[in-house]
Amino acid sequence: MKLLSKGAEADLYIAEWYGRKVVIKRRISKVYRNPCLDLRLRASRTVREAENMHEAKKASVPTPIIYLVDKESTTLIMEYIDGLRVKEALGMLDNSQKEKLCEQIGMKVGMLHSTSLIHGDLTTSNMIVCGDKVFFIDFGLSFHSHSDEDKGVDLHLLKRALDSTHYKESRDCLKYILQGYREVSGESYTSKILKKMKEIEYRGRYFSGRT
Amino acid sequence: MKDLLCLGIESTAHTFGAGIVSEDGKIYSDSRDVYIPVIGRGIHPTEAAQHHNIVAPRVILDAFRKADLKPGMIDIIAYSCGPGLGPCLRVGATIARALSTYLCKPLVPVNHAIAHIEIASLNTGAKDPLTVLVSGGHTAIVAYAAGRWRIYGETEDITLGNLLDMFAREVGLPLPGGPEVERLAEMGKIFIDLPYTVKGNDVAYSGLLSAALRKYRDGVDLTDLCFSLQEVAFAMIAEATERSLAHTEKKELLLSGGVAANKRLQGMLESIAREHNVKFYCVDKSLSGDSGVQIAWNGILAYRCGLRIDVEKSLVKSRWRLDQVDIPWRS
Ligand SMILES: Nc1ncnc2c1ncn2[C@@H]1O[C@H](COP(=O)(O)OP(=O)(O)O)[C@@H](O)[C@H]1O
Ligand SMILES: [Mg+2]
Repeated sequence: MKLLSKGAEADLYIAEWYGRKVVIKRRISKVYRNPCLDLRLRASRTVREAENMHEAKKASVPTPIIYLVDKESTTLIMEYIDGLRVKEALGMLDNSQKEKLCEQIGMKVGMLHSTSLIHGDLTTSNMIVCGDKVFFIDFGLSFHSHSDEDKGVDLHLLKRALDSTHYKESRDCLKYILQGYREVSGESYTSKILKKMKEIEYRGRYFSGRT
Repeated sequence: MKDLLCLGIESTAHTFGAGIVSEDGKIYSDSRDVYIPVIGRGIHPTEAAQHHNIVAPRVILDAFRKADLKPGMIDIIAYSCGPGLGPCLRVGATIARALSTYLCKPLVPVNHAIAHIEIASLNTGAKDPLTVLVSGGHTAIVAYAAGRWRIYGETEDITLGNLLDMFAREVGLPLPGGPEVERLAEMGKIFIDLPYTVKGNDVAYSGLLSAALRKYRDGVDLTDLCFSLQEVAFAMIAEATERSLAHTEKKELLLSGGVAANKRLQGMLESIAREHNVKFYCVDKSLSGDSGVQIAWNGILAYRCGLRIDVEKSLVKSRWRLDQVDIPWRS
């Protein structure tokens, strides 16, 4: 077993499991958190991640296969995706490749949304490029919703992840992503969600003054 | 050559403040007067502005008196330009303009949110921190990169300060709500399930507020409720912070803004810092709330980089995003 990543929420290991190369994702207890709350969050996210990774496949969005869910130890065992995270991949692409990748990301997000699945944590660390596919991972904060607001937040988070981490190329990336989203979701629906996105952005960052 | 002296004027919301700080970071004086709405009511912008108008001359004179300085000895006038409540901001800006014109001293506009961060950095010695800014006006997780403070996470509805104040107001506790809720929370024992909303690195508090108020009306013990409210609300921002920390890989974590005074919140963030091998800093209570001092210090930083504004152009910007401000003094 080899440590793959020590994230904010979970420890991830690469391991051999019945002859397969797998990722073991264990959500660890947080000492700062109230124990009742801590257990509630870890258990529900573990289950949710497994369920919705599977759900995403029905929307034709590539995700790792889940082999095992252990609610007790809040652990998942899943397929290892041998690729590069979009976070790293973006920097290695020329413009037209970048456009293609971002467009594909946008299409996949559109497909998730079309089945009312909200990812909840769309960042470039949570997408892995493998061959000509983009795999989506980290579904712990995902949920089902039909609301424009929730879809708008999903895209808003992706935009902000681009703005704060890929600030040199974020505008182009976002443009291509929305291009892909539009292809899947249609013009009028996309502009509705984009309007929501703006609204959300304006809400948070400013002084609210509502005390 | 003598150190520059800056008078800072703060008036974004409840507080009217005047502070004098020198170029080497020495605080000469910190004078404030806080508008407190009657119990059960929120801040009313024009009432607050009226309050500021009334107390302003006394607060400013007090700042000079405490510093043992004459107005003519000041080199720079800085004012809180936004974000904030329009009527309140205009009181501070008007006075700053008048002083600048009368004393023939340069006028420097300051972003209130960034001033919170910069005074906390000065106070703690943090160099390049991931900063958690939590107050009545802000709830944001930010870090400096390439010329700007960049936002990694924030609230999508009300701020953490709003949450505590609005809860306190509805259950009949005096304002500001933070210290009262903290005091009662220390007596609470039973954890009550409340909604926990983290979206990526963002948080949303309005669902938590309404659920907590519903529980209150259902007769749940107020100390237990305060305890649980704090546990959930702080765990949310703590999680968002931990995610941002993992993402940015900063080596320092700085807690700033009015809610930074809360011991439980400090404890949570300190625990995260320890876990990630990161140095934890928390702004001193005396500088966590809104003050003229933060404006004065940021005024000095900006002035040294050549930033100033003509009196005719010195409008207020009630919705001035902190990630829209160029930060030449950090590059
Ligand atoms: N199935 C997988 N195959 C390959 N790498 C993975 C897989 N799952 C996660 N990773 C790697 O581990 C990192 C963290 O995993 P993630 O599920 O996003 O957890 P966290 O909640 O810590 O972000 C990812 O950014 C990715 O690099
Ligand atoms: Mg992740």
